[in-house]
Amino acid sequence: METAPRFFRHGPSLLARLVFFVMLSLTLMAVDTRFKYVAEVRHVLSAVIYPLQKLATVPIAIYDNVSEFFSSHHLADENAELLQQKLFDQGQLQRLQALEAENVHLRKLLDASERVEGKAVMAEILHIPRDPFNRKVTLDKGSQSGIQPGQAVVDDAGVVGQITRNYPWVSEVTLITDKDHSVPVQVLRNGLRSVVSGTGKEATLELRYMAGNTDIQEGDTLVTSGIDGVYPPGLPVAVVSKIERNPAYVFARVTCTPVAGVANNRQLLILSMLPPVPEIPAEVIELKPNNKKREKVGIR
Amino acid sequence: MAFVDHPKQEILRPVKSSFIVLSLTLAIVLNLLPVEGLAMTLWPDFVALTILYWCINQPQRAGISTAFIMGLLIDIGNASTFGQHALAYCIMAFVALVFHRRLSIFGILKQAPQIGLILFIGQFIMLLTGLLDGSQFPGRDFFLPSITGTLLWPFFSSLLRMPQKPRSDNDVR
Repeated sequence: METAPRFFRHGPSLLARLVFFVMLSLTLMAVDTRFKYVAEVRHVLSAVIYPLQKLATVPIAIYDNVSEFFSSHHLADENAELLQQKLFDQGQLQRLQALEAENVHLRKLLDASERVEGKAVMAEILHIPRDPFNRKVTLDKGSQSGIQPGQAVVDDAGVVGQITRNYPWVSEVTLITDKDHSVPVQVLRNGLRSVVSGTGKEATLELRYMAGNTDIQEGDTLVTSGIDGVYPPGLPVAVVSKIERNPAYVFARVTCTPVAGVANNRQLLILSMLPPVPEIPAEVIELKPNNKKREKVGIR
Repeated sequence: MAFVDHPKQEILRPVKSSFIVLSLTLAIVLNLLPVEGLAMTLWPDFVALTILYWCINQPQRAGISTAFIMGLLIDIGNASTFGQHALAYCIMAFVALVFHRRLSIFGILKQAPQIGLILFIGQFIMLLTGLLDGSQFPGRDFFLPSITGTLLWPFFSSLLRMPQKPRSDNDVR
């Protein structure tokens, strides 16, 4: 194939190659974090890696099937338990339906806009990265199933995160514990609004900038307030686990534990997009440049 | 599996390119295996090990560009910042290529600590990029995969060397 033996062919020197690739990866990192221009490259590479990701889940699937096969004698018990659960849930659901009808009626009376209930798509966790620097998981549904960035992801207990990137067959979820992620919440007990932010550590969230005398207690449940137009209102997010009120500081340190967890279950629900939020009122628009600046800081 | 500390004198059969590609592909799958708990903190970076093996033993075939492409693929699979693994793998491959003559003089067992050092350098670069991105120090457990990688190196490189072993029946001629 080649005229000169492989041994005698030398490309650019080793150091030159190193410098080239180091510069290239540094550029890619900067472009990826700041400008999001490399989506096409990402899509191509994701198509290459998708079969491998699928292949990597095969051992787990086999293990699941085998353990299911051997545990089939539990099925009768499980069935009975599920039937009981279903009966219980049915009762709750009937009450909910009555309440929902009443709610719609009351809203009509008040002339308020109706809440639209969304549909949900079930997805399975394909991969939980070992990267300790960002809290993300990969799901096995992508743009082919109509998944778009911005959709909220929940499990049976509460909010898990938000779709931040979609590929044809997979999508990436940024978990609420990610250091760059925040969820607007409300305290269920008294309706106090705040924003809960991820810390980058596992199962730890914090409420920042809460004044020392705020009415918040350990054990309070935080639910989404829905004012962000991303998360539907009323979904459980976290429970306040620890409050440190130090008179020396203006703000209290409020640590929370998320109620949902990707460690517990492999199936998650991707909620459909919420209807677009109403236009921002005129006086807020003047502040917009300021807000944009803040958003950019947030991405970093 | 028994492994011997290979002397340099042993003449190996040429490596097929398809085998290099296959080993790198399998390494990606091993990296992406959904492991949990303790296994997750100890899980070594198989892609880094494979790249290092080929850089040391086949420096003409595998180099910095291979490391770069593998890094990009792992970045996509791991949902990390695009280029983070690519940067670390490139520098690891560079170190391995610079020292490949010296490293191949040592036996597999004596190579292990030096491989450990290269793995540590790679993880340190990933830590630096993570810290620059605004993360907090993830704890000392972060460096455990380098140690398991070091311990695994003798087994791993014997495994990759196996297909190139001279066939014993050809010797009788």
